[in-house]
Amino acid sequence: MKKFLIALLFAPVLAFAAGGNVHLDKWPGSVSDKAALQNGAKLFVNYCQNCHGASYMRYKNLMDLGLTEAQVKENLMLAGDKIGDLMMVAARSDEQKKWFGATPPDLTIIARARGEAGNAGAGADWLYTYLRTFYKDDKRPTGWNNVAFEAVGMPHVLWELQGTQVLNHETHKLELAVPGKLSPAEYDKAVSDLVGFMVWMGEPQQEFRRTLGIFVLAFLALLFVVAYALKKEYWKDIH
Amino acid sequence: MTMAGGNYEKYKSDGSLAGNVLEWVDARFPATSMWKGHLSEYYAPKNFNFWYFFGSLALLVLVIQIVTGIFLVMHYKPDAALNAAGVPVAFASVEYIMRDVPGGWIIRYMHSTGASAFFIVVYLHMFRGLIYGSYRKPRELTWLFGVGIFLVLMGEAFFGYLLPWGQMSYWGAQVIVNLFGAIPVIGNDLSIVIRGDFVVGDATLNRFFSFHVIAFPLVLIGLVAAHILALHETGSNNPDGIDIKEKKDEKGIPLDGIPFHPYYTVKDIVGVVVFLMVFSAVMFFAPEGAGYFLETPNFYPADPLKTPPHIAPVWYFTPYYSILRAMVWNFFGLDAKFWGVVAMGASVVIFAFLPWLDRSPVRSIRYRGPITKVMITLFVICFFILGYLGTLSPSPMGELISQVCTVFYFAFFLGMPWWSRMDKFKPVPERVTMK
Repeated sequence: MKKFLIALLFAPVLAFAAGGNVHLDKWPGSVSDKAALQNGAKLFVNYCQNCHGASYMRYKNLMDLGLTEAQVKENLMLAGDKIGDLMMVAARSDEQKKWFGATPPDLTIIARARGEAGNAGAGADWLYTYLRTFYKDDKRPTGWNNVAFEAVGMPHVLWELQGTQVLNHETHKLELAVPGKLSPAEYDKAVSDLVGFMVWMGEPQQEFRRTLGIFVLAFLALLFVVAYALKKEYWKDIH
Repeated sequence: MTMAGGNYEKYKSDGSLAGNVLEWVDARFPATSMWKGHLSEYYAPKNFNFWYFFGSLALLVLVIQIVTGIFLVMHYKPDAALNAAGVPVAFASVEYIMRDVPGGWIIRYMHSTGASAFFIVVYLHMFRGLIYGSYRKPRELTWLFGVGIFLVLMGEAFFGYLLPWGQMSYWGAQVIVNLFGAIPVIGNDLSIVIRGDFVVGDATLNRFFSFHVIAFPLVLIGLVAAHILALHETGSNNPDGIDIKEKKDEKGIPLDGIPFHPYYTVKDIVGVVVFLMVFSAVMFFAPEGAGYFLETPNFYPADPLKTPPHIAPVWYFTPYYSILRAMVWNFFGLDAKFWGVVAMGASVVIFAFLPWLDRSPVRSIRYRGPITKVMITLFVICFFILGYLGTLSPSPMGELISQVCTVFYFAFFLGMPWWSRMDKFKPVPERVTMK
């Protein structure tokens, strides 16, 4: 109750503090959608892993997405890697530093790192927004800028899918100047799948964790009944 | 051969194997007498309520932390060097535990959730002491050992938080160790001694690891033993704050006392199960604790070149962090940061003086008047506000509020010799009440 009152007291402060941030679109996907995760894995390996590692993950863990070893080897692995290897970046980090000015971050747990206090799930929303709000900006060295990540160092890697967006400086809205291979709806779905894969990769056992949690709580609920009855029995003569 | 009587006599004569073994052991080690003295014939007041669960729960969490810690140490590597992927080895080893070690994620989440759970139960345990006057004579030493436990626990948590070697681990340690630099004359050298280097680095990580897994747990266990021994010497207080040893039957057993075992063991099991349900709910469904138990910036590996925009300590340190930040004045030519450190240290150590600050003629809040109730309520509210503000970036409004709360925090303690006496008191019952 006290906590609640304090929360009320400071609600305006919080609302004000949040006002400076970019509006985030809600990630529409789910980590239980295996087909979407498989598609996301394919996009990740093809578009992200050239520059970003997922170095806490092993390729064999991708089999948890419902794939066979042969499917993982054929579709998702870089040449020369073994199934038990970590998903390392294709390029060398010191060279990347030369190209981009910074080593692109490891993405294994990026969805968790982008969460916020009070809303640990915000990481998915941020990624979903970020990957859809690149726009053409000739003032940037890469030629690209981003609404969710001002002055971003990364170029728009998915541009051939999305096409080229420009920022209308009067309405402050993004407009699609050159269409890409995918329609806007298809592109949103592809990004959603990719984000889903990154959310899953952040903690591959997360679904099992929740399932196990239900069994643990059910067991404890039964144990509570027994423990409570035992206590009642012992204490019946204490007044 | 001198031996405690009772059940021992029964076994001595029955000639069974168990009886013979027990007799053999008792002749060499006080097994039976310790069992009796601390459990089966330790008489606790029969009117313990909700607030009395948290002592045994703190012990449970200590065991959880030690056991899970043992398994984590088997796989964790305190190494700040970068691996082939350019990630610090220590950080990568935590993710290795989360992914590649079978059951590793359960052990790790138990340990990370346990850290926050430890502070929750300890804060509630301390609150119990505050409202029922458990620290009052003759239990001053129990209280002092408890304050010692609290201090060591804070150190233990601080050292442990560096080990995942994430951004918040690194920069949190950087900020806190730098605070020691504010101490006049010795400050700079002291902070170098603590770090083992001029910046937080591999040397710091390894010595914090050593403190976290060896030095502090040893001291902690010793203090917990002393805390319990001191408690069992005086006997437990109770929600009525009266002394059950004053009314005894012809055998010398307190009329309102019941043997700790089996009565409180079976009762505490109920508390343990309820606690484990809450604990599991967090661990299995929200292991990040909404970003407060595992801070999200700590999912980035430590980067000495990139200061995070907002460095916040973990929630259980935020009240003291707010008190630190509230001090913005340079007194006597000394930096405000130094006074912040002094205020922060004082805000924790001041708990040790409670037994001598409280001058109320009765122990329990049940028989104390409105002044006590208002003061304790305001103190708790201030503590929550300070804790909340400590999670936020500094702001002029937050600074002002935290200064007001800091003043009240200290006024609560320093004014206690006066306000605790001024109150209206109700007559204290002869015997404990069951409600």
